[in-house]
Amino acid sequence: MIKFSEQQLKVPKMMRPVYLVTAGQSKFDRAIPDKRTEELCVDALTMAAEMIDMEPAELKKYIHTCYYGHFADHFGDQLLGEAVIHDRLGLDPLGNIGVKTGGATGGSTLWEAVKAVASGYSDCVLAMGWERMDEVPTDEGNFYISCAADKDWEGPLGHIYTGYYAVMAQKYWQVFGKEEESFRRTMAEISVKHHGYACNNPYAQAPMKITVDDVLKSPVVAYPLRALDACLMSVGAACAIICDEPTAMKLTKGKKNKPLRIWVSAGSHTLRPADRRDMEIPLLPNETAEQYKDFGKKFPGGDRYPGFTGFLGARMAAWYAYRMTGIKDPTEDLDVIELHDAFTISDIQSYEDVGIRPYGYGRDYVESGDCYHTNPKTGKPGKLPSNLSGGLIGCMHAVGATGIMQTFEIACHIWNRWAEMHGKPYWDRCGRTMPKDWTDLQVKDAKRALAISHAGVGSHVTATILMDPDHLLKNDA
Amino acid sequence: MSRFAEVQVKNNQYKIKGDFHELIPNTPIRDADNGHRLMGITNPRMLVHMHSYGGEAVFFESLSQGKLMASRCDNPKCEYKGSIWQPFRIACPDCLRKMTPIDMTDIARKTAKVHTFMVCERSGAFSLLDKPIKFINIEFDGVATILMSYLAVGEPKMGLRVVPIFKKIDPTYTILDLAWVPEGTKADALPFGFSF
Repeated sequence: MIKFSEQQLKVPKMMRPVYLVTAGQSKFDRAIPDKRTEELCVDALTMAAEMIDMEPAELKKYIHTCYYGHFADHFGDQLLGEAVIHDRLGLDPLGNIGVKTGGATGGSTLWEAVKAVASGYSDCVLAMGWERMDEVPTDEGNFYISCAADKDWEGPLGHIYTGYYAVMAQKYWQVFGKEEESFRRTMAEISVKHHGYACNNPYAQAPMKITVDDVLKSPVVAYPLRALDACLMSVGAACAIICDEPTAMKLTKGKKNKPLRIWVSAGSHTLRPADRRDMEIPLLPNETAEQYKDFGKKFPGGDRYPGFTGFLGARMAAWYAYRMTGIKDPTEDLDVIELHDAFTISDIQSYEDVGIRPYGYGRDYVESGDCYHTNPKTGKPGKLPSNLSGGLIGCMHAVGATGIMQTFEIACHIWNRWAEMHGKPYWDRCGRTMPKDWTDLQVKDAKRALAISHAGVGSHVTATILMDPDHLLKNDA
Repeated sequence: MSRFAEVQVKNNQYKIKGDFHELIPNTPIRDADNGHRLMGITNPRMLVHMHSYGGEAVFFESLSQGKLMASRCDNPKCEYKGSIWQPFRIACPDCLRKMTPIDMTDIARKTAKVHTFMVCERSGAFSLLDKPIKFINIEFDGVATILMSYLAVGEPKMGLRVVPIFKKIDPTYTILDLAWVPEGTKADALPFGFSF
């Protein structure tokens, strides 16, 4: 049983308030052969400027430091790709640095950008992420992704990340799902939901109207995970502009975007699940030790924490973030979230790691209808809608951009601009046809939101929290 | 290609022989919908990396000799002294002192059981294992961690008692030289090159 020190569990504190001012993104697709990566980054930064009625050249004059999230040099076949993008964006002579934390790269890029402003080093920072995964066929893409696993101990075992998640899916299904067919159908429902929400998102790669049975009949990749349980392999870029308070107010004066307070926290756990040791569950503010006292009896086989059923990295990212911001209960205190649904099973695992449901009861978040924009059981708004973008399963997983895309999406809800930013002009811009039954997924009166960005089998996880500054939960946050 | 890449170490330096890369001409990528205008190029290449196992070499060498090595922290000042690690690690992640390699083949033979598993129907490129690949994660009595490997014979299930087998004939000196079979499996059922 391992323990963490008091110093390791210090609640992070920023030196001054930090704001998200604007954000933007390109379209996402499996392949975009008619554009170079830099063109996608230009698309994202141009959109960010447009959101606050500025020319990109004007906005660029405020930027003081740049953080670039780009997961895999292999995919773009270009070392120092960050320098290529920085050059093409014309951001000399600013200091810039690349960030690489696997699937959490986008979230980690924001983490660094926020700290640069919080420390006072910069007043305005660009966080830009991208990935170009279309230069190799899918099986080679899976090989490249598997290079993020341990190359000696895991990679040779199939060279496929889906497999490394599938062992977790199997354990979770047997321990917490009690091998029930209904649990498997709940997993499949997540894919139906996310491909379905993607139908309303012009930037999304995989809009699909499918059924639970379609998911359950899709080809097995690594049993029990099937093709439609898995996230996408994508191309695209996303960016965010992070500022201190005076700059944020200046850039948004008279504009539609209200500056949003932003916090990002991060957690980690072993790269190889094999190395996970037992520990006590780090409790979130809405949990007690008592509720997990007889956990092994309630769920035989589930007494090992985090074992193969939880993500300590996600739990710790939430642990730090909730204490930083005053969140007591995510379901009550947040209005909309984007989770890192790399696979349907990891989506469910994340509900528990971030405290939406206690460990062992994640399925209830889906089965209750709370995770929907409109609860299919009651016809009323979902209590805490998740992944209205379509997530990684329906929208994209252009790895370095993903955590920033999620932040763009949740910000649009708080800005009350979701319908505008997913409306007809953006369908045209992305070269896609707006469906006749397009649905406005704006979450009404959204004030607070969360995005989880997650790497590997939980090696790095970030929690990005946005709040309307007039609806903070803690005055000194 | 005249001679494929070969590497030895002398005086702690790599000594290489043969061809480590092959020149392959690129080809244009054209737009079939728009007059076959140029869109890009292919970038084919074949190259060979050299990779050091460093302090883990003993683990991979031992597989070819029919031994499963683990590591144990024997630092008396370590808060977690006595922890046994499988996967083998060079340094204790708690105290960072070098750990003691131990032979845990007998522990594995007597106590290994399947913690979880999956059956992989699609692999990434360059996978050398035949599909379906039956991944298993294995727990052992007295070992702090859970090893990932694969089941070479039979069907996996949680709690299944398994024993290690080793590729002693034509070893690859990779983690693929270790596999597992259900307890009681006969020697003649093992894949080519493997033995108990």
